Amino acid sequence: MSVRSRNVLPPEYWQSYEIQTEDWLINMGPQHPSTHGVLRLVLKTRGELVLEVTPYIGYLHRCAEKIGENVAAQQWIPYTDRMDYLSAMNMNLGWALTVEKLLGVEVPERGRHLRVILAELNRIASHLVAVGTYALDLGNFTPFMYCFREREKILNLFEWACGARLTYSFIVIGGVRADLPKGWVQACEKFLSDFERAIPDLHALLTQNKIFISRTAGVGVLPSDVAIQYGCTGPVLRGSGVAWDLRRHGEPLYTRMYEEYDFQIAAPDENGKYPKQEIFPPVPREAVVGDCWHRFFVRMYEIHESISIIRQALDKYSQIRGPVGDPIKHTQKLPAGEAYLETECPRGQMGFLVVGNNSPVPWRARARSGSFCNLSVLPELCRGVLLADIPAIVGSLDIVLGEVDR
Amino acid sequence: MLYILLSSLILLFFAFTIAAFLVWAERKIAARIQDRLGPTRVGGRFGWLQSVADGIKILGKEDIIPKDADAVLFRIAPYLTLAAAFSWFVVLPLSEHFVVVRFESALVFLLALSGLEIYGVLMGGYASGSKWSLIGAMREAVQVVSYEVPLALCAVIPVLLSGSMDLVTIADSQSGGFWNWFLFDNPFAFLGFWVFVVCATAGLNRAPFDLPEAESELVSGYMTEYSGFRWAVFMLTEYVLMFVVSALAAILFLGGWHGPFPLADWLGIDSLGQPWAIWLRNFLGIITLLAKALLGTLGIIWARWTLPRLRIDQVMTVCLKYCLPLATTAFFGSLAWKIGF
Repeated sequence: MSVRSRNVLPPEYWQSYEIQTEDWLINMGPQHPSTHGVLRLVLKTRGELVLEVTPYIGYLHRCAEKIGENVAAQQWIPYTDRMDYLSAMNMNLGWALTVEKLLGVEVPERGRHLRVILAELNRIASHLVAVGTYALDLGNFTPFMYCFREREKILNLFEWACGARLTYSFIVIGGVRADLPKGWVQACEKFLSDFERAIPDLHALLTQNKIFISRTAGVGVLPSDVAIQYGCTGPVLRGSGVAWDLRRHGEPLYTRMYEEYDFQIAAPDENGKYPKQEIFPPVPREAVVGDCWHRFFVRMYEIHESISIIRQALDKYSQIRGPVGDPIKHTQKLPAGEAYLETECPRGQMGFLVVGNNSPVPWRARARSGSFCNLSVLPELCRGVLLADIPAIVGSLDIVLGEVDR
Repeated sequence: MLYILLSSLILLFFAFTIAAFLVWAERKIAARIQDRLGPTRVGGRFGWLQSVADGIKILGKEDIIPKDADAVLFRIAPYLTLAAAFSWFVVLPLSEHFVVVRFESALVFLLALSGLEIYGVLMGGYASGSKWSLIGAMREAVQVVSYEVPLALCAVIPVLLSGSMDLVTIADSQSGGFWNWFLFDNPFAFLGFWVFVVCATAGLNRAPFDLPEAESELVSGYMTEYSGFRWAVFMLTEYVLMFVVSALAAILFLGGWHGPFPLADWLGIDSLGQPWAIWLRNFLGIITLLAKALLGTLGIIWARWTLPRLRIDQVMTVCLKYCLPLATTAFFGSLAWKIGF
């Protein structure tokens, strides 16, 4: 089971070379511009060739799970914000759904559509950060600014809705904290149409750029079987050609939110073609299913799909009148028993486990992070690549260390 | 002797001004490309004093020499690069009569200086005592052997066409309208110019060839351990080189100080025979050359903020696999053209 970039000679070739250079251990991080936070990689290199990569994590460990066993279920919502701080709405949603599953609480239909709007909007914001910082990792600064300009508009919308720009705590157990303010829906629609006009710039600067393609296509190829063995999820799994999306394949409580919506699962088939390919830039010839380019493109594709989901959701939300759900009280006792539920977060499947024992405070709160599993495949991907490919591969996995360490 | 010293000092001042201007210009252009404002405070609306403020800030920084560094080489390295870059101005003519030292093999001297500038980078990377710096220096070495050969081959084309290695003669043999520029002399020279542009960008360590200082991979490459004034010297060098290489490209291929239309001839400035007419002509020439060089610099800056970075093997592929055959074709094609027509 060996994964290797096509462009690079295997280490055996170098070992057979007569002149040997000394192997180096290089410490990349935890303070390094392109390890996306406090990830530390120890690289064993021979010149520019990287023989082995070992990730070290734990620099951002904040005992989130232990805290979860000391506060009421509702009070843990702000802590879930701080796990994947780039998609806090999705984190809130995951925990809220898990506890709702244990409690057997139903959220009214209007609340469900509102949750979809918020979660998908946050997915776009999160993917924009992923795409922008990926460009940064490859040495291109400008798309990063374009992405952050658009993300800023989403954050403004969120700020208008809930007062916070990053850690929202807006989706809570039992529903949504408050209904949307007046005029928000129109502002959101306007944002979506503006944003759609900005996407071709990103495609021109990244997706179709020759240098970008040569830096990403065929680099860090992750076959689908390896991806499944390592438990990779989210865009990393879908980039390997596995059409698996919990919004379609998840638990009924979660898929029911999305069953009325029409969207495609962003995953290439074995020929590297995407559904509805004709409206997207063509897949370059050099790209192999499972490489960095496909992982990147899956995110771009999901941005397109999320726009369409939000449009449908805004429509459905506006048509229904009624409450958006009733947040449970802090004192509400959790029944004895346990519930586990995974949701499709921008960075992979985020699973929450809650065990109750007739007390408002969970007996056990556990978070299963998608980023953690996606990161675990890194040593496999980085065997025998060049030093410059390391940021390209790490960036394509798009990890958030807050979620890895929790 | 005094003349050379004095004019060198003037040029040094000129070079610093150009570098400071380019630092500001790059920030403004990058901001415009990226939908930002850039500097807006220092020196009024357009922040044109930003470079001065930056300079003062940098002078106030702590001067760090790492424990593992080779202190002597570490200190020498930036000044070696600076000296090499500023020496360009000694032979670089700004106009027909505005050249400090005019001598026959000026072009070879400039190519040699561009090689000398590399030593500073290698030295700095080696002496820093940091693995990232050393990798940056090694990348620079790899890059140099990749781009130097096609660059030199393309630089020789104007020599071939004008029959001289003196930059003043090269530029003056392109006088009288843009149709006389070596860029349009023959299709091979046209090809050679673009290969020259690619290789010169590689030589400047600018994106997409900024591997020795790749900030997302090598932290800052050979500059990682530098701080304060020495770091500023490396930075200034980069901007000075950006300008002089653009000016060299303008002299070699784009007619130097001769405008796209022979305005001075049409107006009959030369026929006046007055000393002030010669001064006027030289002054117009400097303006023209500055405009061309700044346009070239704008192109380099624009490319940096548009393109991602290549990988080291791709740099070698671009330079040796594509540029070298193209440069050879351009060289021999121009030769054949020159003999044939």
